[in-house]
Amino acid sequence: MKPAPFDYVRAESLAEAHDVLAAEGGDAAVIAGGQSLVPLLSMRMARPGVVVDIMHVDELGGISIEDNCIRVGATVRQAELLTWPGLAQHQPLLAQALPWVGHWQTRARGTVCGSVALADPSAELPLCLLALGGEVALSSKRARRSVQAVDFFQGIMSTARNDDELIESVSFPCRGEGEGFAFREFARRHGDFAIVACAAVASAKSVRLAVGGVADRPVVRDFDDAVDDALAAFASELDARDDLHATADYRRMLVRELGRATIEEARKKCRA
Amino acid sequence: MPRLSANTRHTVRLEINGRAVEGEAEPRMLLTDFLRHRLGLTGTHVGCEHGVCGACTIQLDGAPARACLTLAVQADGACIRTVEGLAPEPGRLSVLQEAFRRHHALQCGFCTAGILMSLDWYFRRTPDPSEAELREFLSGHICRCTGYVPIVAAALDAAKRLRDTKS
Repeated sequence: MKPAPFDYVRAESLAEAHDVLAAEGGDAAVIAGGQSLVPLLSMRMARPGVVVDIMHVDELGGISIEDNCIRVGATVRQAELLTWPGLAQHQPLLAQALPWVGHWQTRARGTVCGSVALADPSAELPLCLLALGGEVALSSKRARRSVQAVDFFQGIMSTARNDDELIESVSFPCRGEGEGFAFREFARRHGDFAIVACAAVASAKSVRLAVGGVADRPVVRDFDDAVDDALAAFASELDARDDLHATADYRRMLVRELGRATIEEARKKCRA
Repeated sequence: MPRLSANTRHTVRLEINGRAVEGEAEPRMLLTDFLRHRLGLTGTHVGCEHGVCGACTIQLDGAPARACLTLAVQADGACIRTVEGLAPEPGRLSVLQEAFRRHHALQCGFCTAGILMSLDWYFRRTPDPSEAELREFLSGHICRCTGYVPIVAAALDAAKRLRDTKS
């Protein structure tokens, strides 16, 4: 349970980080808060040749409102976003979901973008990014680009990020007029990875439900009035798997029960 | 910054419990091992080594953190508090430590240092937590001996005593 050897570069500018990634590509790993990467290193599930620390790159910090989105820089820790004064006003879903991300002690170090970069299928922040239709800003020595959340998450810990790219920021759309939000999760212990997590965004016309912890990535679906049948169909279509924590059937049952409760709560808040 | 090569030891300088210290670490060395093996601060315990159990919790730049989820080289220049920094002087326990002793909030003691470091930070930010809030906060720590009841009792008692000494 000790990491294999690797070189370490503490980048002092974005250009320096880009240079290392351009030179080393897939052999390099970006570290920010380290709450996902360090366990992977310790378990030797990741064996990079070089680890690039971006925590000291000033241009990657900061939370701001841009184009009606909350833009969160790559070095913003989860605790920093959770205590950002505008959070509940601008995006209630994040205010509801963030306390479920890890524990106090990991949120104090872990970054928002780091959780998105890892793309664990049961993680809360990728789920919220997908439910809200957010996007990921990537950059490399070659170019900059933005990728929609739905295209970014491609499988278990697999994303659209190229080896020479890093996440500069993620953008969560701000709440729309009259929208209601809800987040619910079932885990064995508060702060553990979710067995099933649900995020719902309700507007006057329809409701959108995103589900994490079931398939190989978070999955989103829009529902109209007849929720129960559609939810049952959605649950049975999901590519659920058995694992140590729960069976596939149990996960589908949770999607139906937790999903309905989440949708109802979001709708209630939408009407309120 | 120059690239620190994998198989060489590099000097890491930080402040621990108010004292400037330095030691040598390869890039892959975890902060837990740096504290224990390089600096001899063995009060910080190593449990699961992947951030789940909470035994290695310290205060890093003013916030509770898992030492096992941090590389020593990442912490270069940081300000750290460990359990060794809690007691006001040798032979005297802090209010929090004393409450743990009084309530039998530890048996084997393996998880205790981490819990103390978390609570020490938490009470400065939340001096009067409810039991439910406290239990949620403690969910980042695993104790296999006590069943948590005496830990919660000790924490509530310590919070009250800390409030009383302030007023």
